[in-house]
Amino acid sequence: MKVSVNGREVTVAAGSMVSTAVAAAGVSLYRRSVTGEPRGPVCGMGICFECRVRIDGREHCRSCQIPCVDGMEVRTDV
Amino acid sequence: MFDVVVVGAGPAGLAAACRAAESGARVALVDDNPVAGGQIWRAGGGRPAGPAAAWIRRAERNGVEWLAGARVFAVPEPGKLTIEQFAGDRELGYEKLILATGARERFLPFPGWTLPNVMGAGGLQALAKSGLDVAGKPVVVAGSGPLLLAVAKYLRARGARVLLIAEQADQAALLRFGVGLVAYPGKLAQAVQLRAGLFGIPYLTGCWPVEARGPEKLESVMLRRGRKTWTERCDYLACGFGLAPNLELAALLGCRMSATGVAVDELQQTSVAGVYSAGEATGIGGLDLALTEGEIAGFAAAGKTREARARFGARERHRRFAGGLERAFALREELKHLAQDDTLLCRCEDVPLGRVRGCMGWREAKLHTRCGMGPCQGRVCGGAVEFLLGWKAESVRPPVFPARIGSLSRD
Amino acid sequence: MGESFDVAIAGGGIVGAACAEECRAAGLKVVVVEPGPVGGGATAAGMGHIVVMDDSPAQIALTRCSRDLWLARRNSLPANVEYLPCGTLWVAADQEELAEVHRKKALYDGIGVRAEVLDARSLAEAEPHLRSGLAGALLVPDDSVVYPPCAARHMLRDIEVRREAAVQLSGQGIRLRDGTFLAAGITVNATGAWAPELTPGIEVRKRKGHLAITDRYPGFVTHVLVELGYLKSAHSTTADSVAFNAQPRRTGQVLLGSSRQFGSETAAIESHMLARMLRRVREYMPEISELTAIRTWTGFRAATPDKLPLIGPVPADPRLYLATGHEGLGITTSLATGRLVADLIVGRTPVIPAEPYLPGRQAEAHHEG
Ligand SMILES: Cc1cc2nc3c(=O)[nH]c(=O)nc-3n(C[C@H](O)[C@H](O)[C@H](O)COP(=O)(O)OP(=O)(O)OC[C@H]3O[C@@H](n4cnc5c(N)ncnc54)[C@H](O)[C@@H]3O)c2cc1C
Ligand SMILES: Cc1cc2nc3c(=O)[nH]c(=O)nc-3n(C[C@H](O)[C@H](O)[C@H](O)COP(=O)(O)OP(=O)(O)OC[C@H]3O[C@@H](n4cnc5c(N)ncnc54)[C@H](O)[C@@H]3O)c2cc1C
Ligand code: FES
Repeated sequence: MKVSVNGREVTVAAGSMVSTAVAAAGVSLYRRSVTGEPRGPVCGMGICFECRVRIDGREHCRSCQIPCVDGMEVRTDV
Repeated sequence: MFDVVVVGAGPAGLAAACRAAESGARVALVDDNPVAGGQIWRAGGGRPAGPAAAWIRRAERNGVEWLAGARVFAVPEPGKLTIEQFAGDRELGYEKLILATGARERFLPFPGWTLPNVMGAGGLQALAKSGLDVAGKPVVVAGSGPLLLAVAKYLRARGARVLLIAEQADQAALLRFGVGLVAYPGKLAQAVQLRAGLFGIPYLTGCWPVEARGPEKLESVMLRRGRKTWTERCDYLACGFGLAPNLELAALLGCRMSATGVAVDELQQTSVAGVYSAGEATGIGGLDLALTEGEIAGFAAAGKTREARARFGARERHRRFAGGLERAFALREELKHLAQDDTLLCRCEDVPLGRVRGCMGWREAKLHTRCGMGPCQGRVCGGAVEFLLGWKAESVRPPVFPARIGSLSRD
Repeated sequence: MGESFDVAIAGGGIVGAACAEECRAAGLKVVVVEPGPVGGGATAAGMGHIVVMDDSPAQIALTRCSRDLWLARRNSLPANVEYLPCGTLWVAADQEELAEVHRKKALYDGIGVRAEVLDARSLAEAEPHLRSGLAGALLVPDDSVVYPPCAARHMLRDIEVRREAAVQLSGQGIRLRDGTFLAAGITVNATGAWAPELTPGIEVRKRKGHLAITDRYPGFVTHVLVELGYLKSAHSTTADSVAFNAQPRRTGQVLLGSSRQFGSETAAIESHMLARMLRRVREYMPEISELTAIRTWTGFRAATPDKLPLIGPVPADPRLYLATGHEGLGITTSLATGRLVADLIVGRTPVIPAEPYLPGRQAEAHHEG
């Protein structure tokens, strides 16, 4: 399955979460905090909201709870 | 309209849903996760793993309607839940409700804990289960509780180089409360198995992280044990200080709380008639207790009191074990001094501890510093605030999970 | 033995805080009595829109004077007050409401309040997420937004606050729950919607409102957007009503309102009211449906029968002042209220004529009616 992370294509196993695809793209900064700090996943279970990314244009999606879909476009902060 | 709606598809929720459905009730099972299994049986590859696969098959065979990737975010009126999925929202009517919402990890702030790749212990495990590649990566596992062992074992099996496990509790406390596990043959077997998987990984008691370092992501962690401090270079720090029950939904429904979680009677019914709770939501107790409580709640909600009663003995045994664990892994005072005034307490709003310390209580802290006002709604900082400052979470309002305006404005 | 003050104020909301700040600036020794967090009452619920309103000449005078006071101090507000000079857009849905826009514009021109009429196209350019087909809007550029609890705290920065409830209030002073008596030359009841508990007989009713706030979506809205139909909603004194109100916050969040209800005494969210209010928002901004709300809450406005606050001495006990009844405008009007109270206490010429707000008018209204 292929998804794009910040414009770069990565291949992930079916059933992988978006968080995995982001890591597989070599990205550790998922979002910038409100004061600009780099942040990444913490809880892996949908409660900390640190792993939020933009998926197909929708903001604030928890990447650890959403399975990849072929062709998905994922954007993290930079 | 369902006879029974079960919230949470971990062991407790799966057992409850199966027992209720097998007793003839029309059941719906809802979980925020896209795959059944809760925390312990969390799977990768989009399919339930291990025992969860058998449970969910059994549930579906008995007609349970399974709603995956669905959060319960509000209870607009008694007998009605609103849920949200990626694709949209929906209302579920219920006669009886079983809250099997489980637990989350407790995080404590220390300098550097907000760096990318500093994660929960269960957090890194969950991410690895969902596909994160940890093979060959140096990892420090730290914090407290039996979960650390399970996580270390899992990460090693996935090829990670687990450098050490830092357990904050003292050896003496672990021994005093019988975490030697002699009294519990079943657990003993589990413990031995665990040991086998952990062979060669140092298990350092009375040891904890004091600082995580790195410019844009984690590069090393400083640890303390007794007087000694030293630094370990690592790619991941997997760090959680025990578990805390998910109580938001129960609180929204007005359920009374006990010292450990949602208060329940012997049939697992909460103070709100027709609302039951089972598993870690009622108190941290481990897998066996969660399964037994789930079965009791499922039977009771379906009116099978006799079958429920038949499991009281087993529940009692599991509860005794849980009590011992809790005392053994009690958090030590020194952990209260890890965070400095400029260490962030609230990660959503970037509020440092020093700004919150001067406040009279939770509400003032929220209103004047924004602590706890972000999207996690205090789920992360709440446990830390309770440990560091002694304030209990206050009122809960819908949505108990962030929800789309569209979902909140249903006709 | 108790202690004595020139002015003792019950209530640490934004109105009590503004009174305290002005009295202190006038050289008086002031104490504020507040059992909860500063700004934890209606002040914590309010949207914090600083706005000129034109219901009545007295309302124009009070809101306009207040807004000038906010403008005058905008550069000295600390960052956590989140002052945002975003202006208001009064949105007209149809030609009838557009006529109202022009009426308002003429009125504002007459009193020197800057305002500009936007046609349908300019409105769509100014706020692209509004639905198409709206008729236009009135832009009032000098209106703004603040974060009220921190504003209240800022006003109280140099003032003694007693963390206790007042149980008894008179011109002599305040009796606290712990038994302490604070003697005072002037006592002020600034307890908002709770004021009748300490000063029985005054006509202040609770009018509940619901609000919801989104996660951060910087730039989604850039002005405070209010439907002109709001006036119909705010005016009705009986039925429950909702009106479209969307506000940008400094944080990038969008604050959504508003609803008005009499007779609901519980602070709990009423799902049907919240849903109705948000549906109204969606009618104006369909794309808001996809934004995530992270929190909802309610608050009580202190409403009076003639929709004007009660500011000044109580006829039967002239050393007892009221500063309450600010309904949905108390964040704005706190500043003029504080100034008026101080003016009346020290005998200065009031910043605006005080008569329309004096508590005596309630008694007179009863005699006449
Ligand atoms: C992060 C973590 C990792 C763990 N790993 C292990 C381990 O490796 N080994 C071990 O022995 N024990 C582990 N445990 C302990 C284990 O979770 C428990 O022993 C047992 O699984 C508890 O089962 P449960 O059914 O009560 O709760 P859980 O398994 O936690 O299930 C609760 C479920 O409810 C869902 N939920 C909660 N609120 C809502 C809502 N509002 N709407 C929809 N769904 C909701 C959650 O998504 C979750 O799936 C772990 C616990 C945690 C928190
Ligand atoms: C939903 C909503 C939206 C609003 N939006 C706006 C807006 O956009 N712009 C605007 O200008 N206004 C707005 N308002 C109105 C504004 O919030 C209020 O008018 C204002 O906050 C009133 O301030 P206050 O100090 O009089 O009352 P409060 O803030 O309620 O303060 C009263 C204080 O008295 C204290 N108290 C109560 N009893 C006692 C006692 N016995 N002893 C001591 N202290 C006591 C309380 O704890 C409280 O802190 C809104 C109001 C609501 C409800
Ligand atoms: S990692 Fe915490 S919500 Fe995704």
